[in-house]
This record gives sequence, C-alpha cells and structure tokens, in this order.
Amino acid sequence: MEEAYKGYRDPALAVLKENKVRVWSDVEMDTSRGNFKGIILPRSETADERHIVLKLHNGYNIGVAVHTIRQIREISYKKAEYKIPEKEFPYDPKKPNVKLLGTGGTIASRLDYRTGAVIPAFSPGELYGSVPELADICNLETEKLYGVFSENMGPEQWIATAEAIGREIEKGVQGIVIGHGTDVMHHTAAILSFMVQNSPVPIVMVGSQRSSDRPSSDAALNLIHAVKTTAESDIAETLVCMFGPTSDQYGILHRGTRVRKMHSSYRSTFRTIGDIPLALVDREKITPLRSDYKRRRDDRDVIINTAFEEKVSIVYYYPNMKPDIIDSLIDNGYRGIVIAGTGLGHVNKPVYPALKRAQEKGIAVYMTVQTLWGYVQMYVYETGRELQQLGVVPAANMLPEVAYVKLAWALGQTDDLARVKEIMLTPIAGEITEREPYNGYLIYQGGIPEVEAFLRKIKR
Amino acid sequence: MPVLLKPFEEMTGDDYAQIGLKAGLEIHQQLLTEKKLFCRCPAARYTEEYDAEILRHMRPTLSELGEYDGTALMEFKTKKEIIYQINHESVCTYEMDDTPPFEINPQALDIALEIAMLMNYKLVSEIHIARKQYLDGSIPTGFQRTTIVGIDGWIPYKDRKIGLIQLGLEEDACREVSDVGHLRTYRTDRLGMPLIETVTRPEMRTPQEVAEVANILRWLVRSTGKVRTGIGAARQDVNVSITGGTRIEIKGVHRIPLIPRLIYNEALRQYALLQIRSELHKRGITEQTFRAESADVSPLVYNSEWEPIRQAVARKEKVFAVNLKGYRGILSHPTQTGKVFSKEISDRVRVIACLTRLPNILTSESTEETIDTYTWSKIRKTLKATARDALILVWGNERDVQTAVQEIIIRAQEALVGVPSETRQALADGTNGFERILPGPDRMYPDTDLPPLEITEERIERLRKNVPQPVWERIEKYKKMGLPEHVLIPIAASPLAPFFEKVCEDYMLSPKRAANLLFEKTKYWRRRGWPVKRIGQEEWRQLFAELSANPRFWSCVDALAEEFFTAPQADWTALINKHKKTAADEATLQSALQAVAGEAQKRFTDSDKRHRYIMGKMMEQFRGQVEGGKLNEMVKKYTEKDE
Repeated sequence: MEEAYKGYRDPALAVLKENKVRVWSDVEMDTSRGNFKGIILPRSETADERHIVLKLHNGYNIGVAVHTIRQIREISYKKAEYKIPEKEFPYDPKKPNVKLLGTGGTIASRLDYRTGAVIPAFSPGELYGSVPELADICNLETEKLYGVFSENMGPEQWIATAEAIGREIEKGVQGIVIGHGTDVMHHTAAILSFMVQNSPVPIVMVGSQRSSDRPSSDAALNLIHAVKTTAESDIAETLVCMFGPTSDQYGILHRGTRVRKMHSSYRSTFRTIGDIPLALVDREKITPLRSDYKRRRDDRDVIINTAFEEKVSIVYYYPNMKPDIIDSLIDNGYRGIVIAGTGLGHVNKPVYPALKRAQEKGIAVYMTVQTLWGYVQMYVYETGRELQQLGVVPAANMLPEVAYVKLAWALGQTDDLARVKEIMLTPIAGEITEREPYNGYLIYQGGIPEVEAFLRKIKR
Repeated sequence: MPVLLKPFEEMTGDDYAQIGLKAGLEIHQQLLTEKKLFCRCPAARYTEEYDAEILRHMRPTLSELGEYDGTALMEFKTKKEIIYQINHESVCTYEMDDTPPFEINPQALDIALEIAMLMNYKLVSEIHIARKQYLDGSIPTGFQRTTIVGIDGWIPYKDRKIGLIQLGLEEDACREVSDVGHLRTYRTDRLGMPLIETVTRPEMRTPQEVAEVANILRWLVRSTGKVRTGIGAARQDVNVSITGGTRIEIKGVHRIPLIPRLIYNEALRQYALLQIRSELHKRGITEQTFRAESADVSPLVYNSEWEPIRQAVARKEKVFAVNLKGYRGILSHPTQTGKVFSKEISDRVRVIACLTRLPNILTSESTEETIDTYTWSKIRKTLKATARDALILVWGNERDVQTAVQEIIIRAQEALVGVPSETRQALADGTNGFERILPGPDRMYPDTDLPPLEITEERIERLRKNVPQPVWERIEKYKKMGLPEHVLIPIAASPLAPFFEKVCEDYMLSPKRAANLLFEKTKYWRRRGWPVKRIGQEEWRQLFAELSANPRFWSCVDALAEEFFTAPQADWTALINKHKKTAADEATLQSALQAVAGEAQKRFTDSDKRHRYIMGKMMEQFRGQVEGGKLNEMVKKYTEKDE
C-alpha cells in the first residue's frame, strides 16, 4: 500500500489519482451534494472502497461518496506526524527499581488522533509523560518484549517472558510489572505461575480495559496500583492487578491461577474464582485479605521451568456432543485433553468410546467444570465413576484454562502419565485449593437482594 | 467613572453596529426517539431517585503536539472527584463507559437527516463518529460521541440568509446535581439522549435578532413533530464578540426571551474589559512589565473579626495576599450590570481552585466593612504595596490556596490581553459567569469503536418525503388564507399543519374556523382536563365531515366535545345525529327572540350591547339547534325593525 493513498482502493483510489490529490492534501471537493473543504485522511482498510475521508476544518471527519464527486482541487498539503511526547523518567537512588516488561495490549497503546490508528506508547519517557505519579513510587525501567494484542500471545511469548523474568530477578529488581492485553491475561498469569517458581519478588500483570487516550481510561490507575504493588507489597507471587469496582477507587490483587476475565468490556472484568482475592490496593496502601501467600525474600533463587507441550486442547462439552470431536484430537496427535464438563464434571455416554480410545492411546484426559465455581466430584453420580474408569482424571477446582496450560506444562516435562498426574494434582501456585471459603462465591457473584441492599447503603 | 454602554433598553441597532457586535447560536434539541443514541436504554426516563453511585476521575490526555488542551489542564488543576448517580431503569453499562457503543440509533439518524434537509444543509455521504472531549465529568467516558450529518445550511431571515455551519447528532450529557469543593455530582438519567446541535454563523447583529433566529429555528424543528418539547429539551448557547474582543461562548440558556439581555451584558463586559486594558496600557503596564507578588498573611489576620476570614482561621486555613502592581481601581471597574472586575477573579478561584464557599476573595477596593485599616496597612507593608497597587486576599486549605494565588495572577495578567477565551455560563439575571477555559480545536478525535456509516441515496429519498414545508412558506400561505396573526406561527410550527391544510381542502372548511378548532379549542379543552388525545386524525375527519354537512353545530362544538370526552365510546356522527332532530323551527325562535329582545330593551340603550346580549341569550338556549350565522341575521333583522 502506497503511503500517499493509504487504505484506498478503487474506485476511490482512481478518483484520488485522477484529481492529483493524496492523503494529507487540503482540498476543496465539488460534489453533487455541495462543496466540501478539508484534509484527505487515510482510510481504514476494513472500510468500503466507495468513500473518501475528509477532516473538515471544524475537526469532524466525514466520508464523501466518490460517485458524487465532480472535481477535487488541492489547495495545500499538510502531512501530519503523530508522536508521543517523551519526558525523561527521573531517577531517585532511594526508590526501589521496578522493571516493566511490555507484551502489548491496550495499556501500551495510544490512538493516533488524526487517523484513528492505534500506536504503541511504552518507553519510560512516554509513560512518565502520561502517568507522572509513577515517579513518586519507584525508578522505572521498561523493556518491550512484544507488541501483540492479547489473543496473539502463545507458548513462544510465554517462554520468552518467563526467561526475561528470570533474568530480571537475577539482576536483583524489586519486582516486575508485565503490561499485557486483557483477553488472555489469565492464561498468561497461570502459565507464568508454573514457569516461574519460588520468585523472591512480586510479578504483577496489568492491563487496561479503556485505552489511555481516553480521559476515563483505567490505564493510569491500574499502572499506579501495579507499580505500587511491585515496589511495596510483600506478596512474592504472580498476580493480576486490575480494577476492583468500576469506580476509580481500588484495584484487586488476584492470584495468577485463580483469576479469570469475566466481562467482555467492564473495567472490573477480572474476578477471583473459587476463592477470595489476595489483597486490595489503592494509591495509599495495600490491604491483604488473607495471609497464606508467599512472602518477599532477599535472595534471587528463582526457578524457571519453561517446558510446554503444544499438542494439548481444551474441549467445552455441550449436550449432544459426538465422539468425533475427541476422535479428531486423537487422530491429530494430541497428547492431552482438558474437558470442561457439566455440573460436577460430566459428559454424555456417546462420547465414551472416544474416551476409551484416548485412554488406550495414552492421552492424558482431565476433567474441569464449566460452572467455574466449585470442585469436580466424579463419585456422586454413576457417570462420574464411569468416566474415571475411562481414564478421565478429575482436576479438583482448577479452572479450565489453568488446567489447560498446566497440562501443557506437565506434558512438556514428561511422557510418563503417572508423573503427569502427580504434577497436575500437586498444587504449585494455588491452582488447586483444599477448601473453598464459604463467602467467595457469595461476595463476588450473587445474593441479588443482599448485594442491592449493600450497594444502596454504600451507593458505590 | 468610566463611560460604559447605554442601558439595555436604550441600545439601538446603530449602537451595536458601532461596537461591532457579532453573535451566533448553537441550539441543542433533543429528538423524540424511543431509545437513547448509542445504547438501548429507554429515552427520557427522568427521575431524581438513584440506586447506586459510581466514582470516577478525569485524566487529561496529551494532544498530538505533546501539550494539554487548555480546558484539560484547567480540569486537571481542579482535581475533582466525580460521582455519578445511577438509576437501573435509565442507565446501562454503556453510559458508564463499561460497554462499547452499540450501532447508532437509526430513528435518531433519520430525524437528524430530515431536519438537515429542512434547513437546507448539504448532507454528508458517510458519517464518522467523533469523540469530543469534555473533562468536566459531565460524560463518564470523558468525551461526547458526536457526528455531523450536514454542513453549510441556511434559513431565510428578514431580507438575508443566516448561514448554518453544521448539524451535529450527538449524545446528551449528565445533569449537574452539585459542585462543592473537590466533589462534583451528576445525575445520569439524561445522559446518552439523542440531540441535534445546530450551529449558526455569527451573522446576527443585535441581541433581538439572535432571539428571533432562535425562535425560527425552534419552530422549524418543532414542525417535524419529531423533537422533544418541555423544560430542558432545547437549550441554547450563544457566542458573542465585539470589535477588539474575543468570541465568547455562553452556555445553557434555557429560555429564548433571556437571550437579548444576556448578549447585551456580554457585549458590555467585553467593552469594559477592553477599557480596562487600555487603562492599564496607559499606566505603562504590559504583559512584559506586569508584576504580582504573593505572601502568606495568615498571622496578620489571625484576630480578624470579619466573618469569612474569622471562619477560615477557625478552620485552620491559610490566608494569602496577592499584590497586583499598579492595579489600583481596576478591581472595582464595572464589567456587567451590577458586577465589577474582581468578580472575574472570584469566579476563576471558585471554579479552578475549588474554593466554592463565597465570598472567596477580598480586595483592597471593597467598599464594605471588612478587615480593619490597621490590618490592611500591615498586609501592605508585608508585600511592599504602594497606594498605586491593588491587593487581593484569598483563603482555603494550603493546596487550593496555592492554586488560587496562581489563578488570581493569571486572570489579572489576562486583563492585559483584553477578553480571555473562555466558556461562560448564563445566569438567571441576564449576566454570565466563568465556566471553563475555551477548549481548543484539538479536542476532536475519531471514535474507533464504530465504523463509518454510509448515508445512501435511497435513505435520503425516503426521508425527503417526510420533510415538512418550511415554516416561513407556511406563514405566507396562511396569511393569504386570512388566518389571524396570532395563530400563524403556532400553526406553521405545528406537526399538524399538513393535516390542517388537507382537511380544509377535503371538507371545504373555512380555514379560520378549522384553525380555531384544531389549534385553539383544543388548548382550551386540554386546560379543562379533557383527554384531547382521544381525537386522532380519523376522529377529526369525522368531526369535520359532520360540521361541513351540518354547519349549525359549529356553534356548539364545546358542548359536543364535553359529551364526546365523557362518553365511554364516543362517536361524532352518533353525537350529532342525536342532536340533529332537535333543530329549532322558525316560530319557536321568533317567540324566544321576542322575549329576549324585550329584556334587552330594558337593560341596554347601546344597540351593539343589546345585540350582543340577545345573541348570547339565544345561543345559550338554542346552541346546536340553529346555525350561528343564520341566528345573527335573524337578530339583526329583528332589532333593525325594532329601532
């Protein structure tokens, strides 16, 4: 695509060329709907090919249909360069050193106001320019590992991120913040909880649901909370730090293996599932909600284990599922399958023969629950007992996505299914808990009249 | 005493021409839709009750030049906590910026396009949604989603055209509940309502012209029947400048009759500010030589008995003094009716430093009894102030006072520019106060959440059929039809106008009579509490058909209507048939007339009065049994014969 005609295809492209104008030309257009004056902007590549985008002098953009255009006259040409301002991040020897690793996502991007394109904004200078409060907390160093949207994160990025964390801990940082897209943040948080063990410092994942070019963005406050946690908290675990309520009040520190994105757009989209969160954080303080977390240490004895088997899948069971779904995984050489079953961990009988085949082929099959809350319990009903005989292993209260990354991690380490089972069922980072607190589900998920009364009382 | 403009009542068109008054309008008009603009919440569910609150802060975003917009910076200085009051019924996660926008409401877009055609705008072929930043918190996203559907429209006015810059379709903002200190509270029920913004060129030359143009625009949109009416459904902003001054936008004029005085006061303010500037220049003070100093004078006023400062001391607040070198007399220079220059400073301190408890400043030019002369002289000494200087005291918590001191100096220095760029707010007494720094042109950003939307020729052609005849053409037509002056505009601006014209034609009605029934009688019936809504177009047609066939019933429409509204299943034809048989015969009428005329003879000597009395009495007795015109002839004949 030529810069001068960015995003334009025929017939719009031909009209531009015919009239000897290009992107950033300041023009006057004579059309059958009247005269329009403005600057020609690049066009989004997903938009149609029949309109030219014009930025009027009042700041509004409009599209002009090419079939209405009689003539375009160039008055001048004004190429716009969009740059994020940089301010040097101040260094204070008395403040802790925090490392920010960037992988991409909304938190590390800004909008190019003229074209609407998203551009990365990540250097310490850029961050300081937009969130100067960070300098009150720590000395910040940043490193951009990737610039990908969350959904493009995968084993390659996970492994490199875990290795980068290992290097930083070796160097003796006070803690690590990882900027990440929110869509699969909980997958990354889970796999990092397994790949990085015995960390002496906090590893805090953070993102934003509203990009930082919006005045109501949650990016700045999330960053402030995450950096504060990294610099000051004594929780040496892999955490997700995101908004608690939708109000700009406090963030919640979720354990990396118990957290899940639960809303497609809400700010407070992350919820701890099957447990209660570790702590709350606001601009002033960190308030632990429990005490059974790993503490910060002075040593650098971290263990990095980046094993990962890519031939693992997750199967979301639905009524009337046919055995061919499982069969196709077997035929494609998959070594591990995590099922998200109904209720206490069930699938229907027609799937049994496929499970039997999987068992015979030595494929590791684990059961989790699509209710998300609660444990797999495969003794209560006959179905559960039958499934266990077919080799399906109940994965306690591991979340489906967590079981998926853990199984990939376990199979990456060994072929021995007994050893895999031992790895899977031995909790490493809270992914399986012995007990579920009675109030977790109530506080965070339901009790309609109670929650309403509560909201009415506090009003926010 | 400086020479200011003549009083409002005495200003002429020439006077305004002399100062170079230019004024334009921005009219915000809510559209009559079922749902909001970018979500599926019901429109216009207004309530003061709320179920929950949400707390947010607004953060300025950097412009592409790496600078903060003026307004953004101001709002950041104020560091407000914003509270939104939320009612389940009127607000969803979209308004709270927790869900991306849904597709633009097609009903609202259709109405906007229709109105754009009515106002002769050039329609755009493809709309692009923009984000217009507002950092005052009035919209939780921090920006308003807005789009323009047309540019360069016009309406005729007197012997010229008034140009219309653009027609925007946008979402409405919250209503402010309170703004005290660092806490601002908004009610969210109005948030997201679709409205159109009509922007005129600054082509009005007197305050009265602005009000007249505002009225024409209002009639025009109302004539579609697709806009909301009632309190707050239409709001005007006016922009005003005079030669040498600055274009000032005054927000939130709720009633059109308030416009002229508001514009006068703004012209007066700009005129006065320019005088202040030239006075300062005369004293040799320029932006370069301007000097101001400040100091903490809390210990000096510790024992003050003047209530505002005594209370500030009791609250353990700081009191600062600012010395404006060479500014003596400037602070008490009049600016608007009943206001002086120090009010400009007090406004800034209130809005930007959040010192909302008034009075928030005290000047050395105050004529009231405040702090004693001895204290003043101590303060003067501390700041090394001479008799040529002006002093301002300000009090509050330490951080806000620091902001206030800076702001006082900034505003005082701006006196050397003349009229600083600001958005001001209309006040009930016709004056205006500071609202915020005027936002720059950089606050418009493309909204990446929604794709562009094509406005097809088919859509335009479909909508063109609904576009009503312009009000000004209707007015001319009705004048020719002989309608009385006072009903011309109400009918021309009514969505019922085409129906009115059609029934006149279909039933060969006298336009005057039909207009009276459709537009005036109905008003009277509504006042009596009758359910006028029960008369739909079909019922109207039935009534007009009956009246056309039985003209004597024109005289008793009120009585018929009363029966119509009280009957459970009313039907005009049935009603009229019921009364038809009771038509009075000639003999009955004559004998009654004789009796009434006798009585009239005794009471009145004046023949006109006598005639009116007889008519009144006769109509009372024979309403619906005889046609008014016929009876009138009879009475006339009878009385003439009598005399």
